[in-house]
Amino acid sequence: MNRVLKEVLCYAFAVCFVLLAWELGSLALDTPAFPTPQDTIPVFCAYAESLVPDFMISLHRVGCSLVIGTLLGLPLGLFLGRSRRVDALFAPVLYILYPLPKIVILPILLVLLGLGGTPKIALITLTIFFQVVMVMRDAARSIPEETVTSVRSLGGSRLDVWRHVVIPSTLPELFTTLRVSVAIAIAVLFFSESIAGSTGLGYFIMNSWAMVNYPRMFAGIIALAILGVGIYLVFDVCERRLTRWRRAGRRD
Amino acid sequence: MNLKFDGVTVDYHSEGEDSLRALDGLDLAVASGEAVSIIGPSGCGKSTLLRLAAGLMKPSSGVVTIDGSVVEGPRQGTALILQDFGLLPWKTVHDNAELGLKIRKIPVKERSERTHAALQTVGLAGFENRFPAELSGGMQQRLALARAIAMDVDLLLMDEPLSALDALLREELQDTLLDLWRQEGHTQILVTHSIEEAVYLGQRIVVMAPPPSRVVAVIDNPDAGSREYRLDNRFFERCKEVRRALDEGVCKAKEAQL
Repeated sequence: MNRVLKEVLCYAFAVCFVLLAWELGSLALDTPAFPTPQDTIPVFCAYAESLVPDFMISLHRVGCSLVIGTLLGLPLGLFLGRSRRVDALFAPVLYILYPLPKIVILPILLVLLGLGGTPKIALITLTIFFQVVMVMRDAARSIPEETVTSVRSLGGSRLDVWRHVVIPSTLPELFTTLRVSVAIAIAVLFFSESIAGSTGLGYFIMNSWAMVNYPRMFAGIIALAILGVGIYLVFDVCERRLTRWRRAGRRD
Repeated sequence: MNLKFDGVTVDYHSEGEDSLRALDGLDLAVASGEAVSIIGPSGCGKSTLLRLAAGLMKPSSGVVTIDGSVVEGPRQGTALILQDFGLLPWKTVHDNAELGLKIRKIPVKERSERTHAALQTVGLAGFENRFPAELSGGMQQRLALARAIAMDVDLLLMDEPLSALDALLREELQDTLLDLWRQEGHTQILVTHSIEEAVYLGQRIVVMAPPPSRVVAVIDNPDAGSREYRLDNRFFERCKEVRRALDEGVCKAKEAQL
């Protein structure tokens, strides 16, 4: 219970810190495009209800993308990292495609898939997929060979090696890459929603901006921040549950 | 359980380099229930010998047989304990000890009974929910032993299992190994580079020379098998004998190089 309280206090402190910085920044700049928290928070509360549908739409888009991108990228990345022969064949393809910003294919996706949610989910999925593949490939390569030998010497099959070594040992890297991916995913979400369509928080923000309604725009920004922090926290909780062993034997 | 090496040669090939001969025509027979120590300088093929016996690799020529049948892959009754213990850091003490049984698909009830008994034997009862990182080096080594005991093996292979431990802990675990061997009656091969350890734990001591690797001497050591042996004069005599054989092997290898 004590630990939870400590955590809550930490987050309260962080919120105060952000609000204070915001307040100071806003006072210093003194422009209507950057309203103070006092001006924005009441507006956020007033718009909160009308923000819900756009929030849910954006959450759905990012959530689907994270799930699909991980489900496709995780096994492929691990497989490439474990198999030299397949890796030799596919690594060059990845090296060419990975640094290419996936955002540039949004126009193509819009032509192919229309203006709805599908092209956005496809774009974010693609971004996350490459992120996960690259990191998991490296993670699978750096598995200590002794742990594999140990399971093999117990009579373990290839499947046993995957189950008892490859998957559990690379879980920490999966969570690291997922947390980095959330930030990228939200950026891509904002971009794709503000360019095409008329739904989602990205559209809400840019629409408010076009109407010169800055407090409303900031209400949208806060909602987007909440979305990001929320997903981040979910990953954090999962990571703590699933990789308890990493903190074992470490003294705080 | 009889283990036999018949003219076993192993060459390691790596890209762009000459192949390296790790073992050259090795002949060795280990009788059922026997405890054999293998000693020699680094790179003399000791670990290769164990990997062959464990079925983790195949000889380039010659055969390794257990009870007359050729070793083709990992076998149910064999356990290999590695220098770094081979524990999985993401599994608890209980799950690490249980791993061999789980892989062999032993029913849950029997599995937990055998795991519990094995942890009890090595003195790790009460630590089931800890992770390896929370254990001391000696406890980690005991856990690796528990994993092997739980599987009820008839052939226990150990690759410098105590070399990561300090001197006093080493002697304590040597006693544990001795007790276990006497209790369980399995065949045991211990690879070590400690002369005292080899003499204390092996009824026979196989001395190997640096590459090109071969057996330089097999020293009978029938007095091994009791805790008092360490203080016995015959123990020191045997240690000297092993040391002489080792030195001889090194000298000959040097001459061969020149």
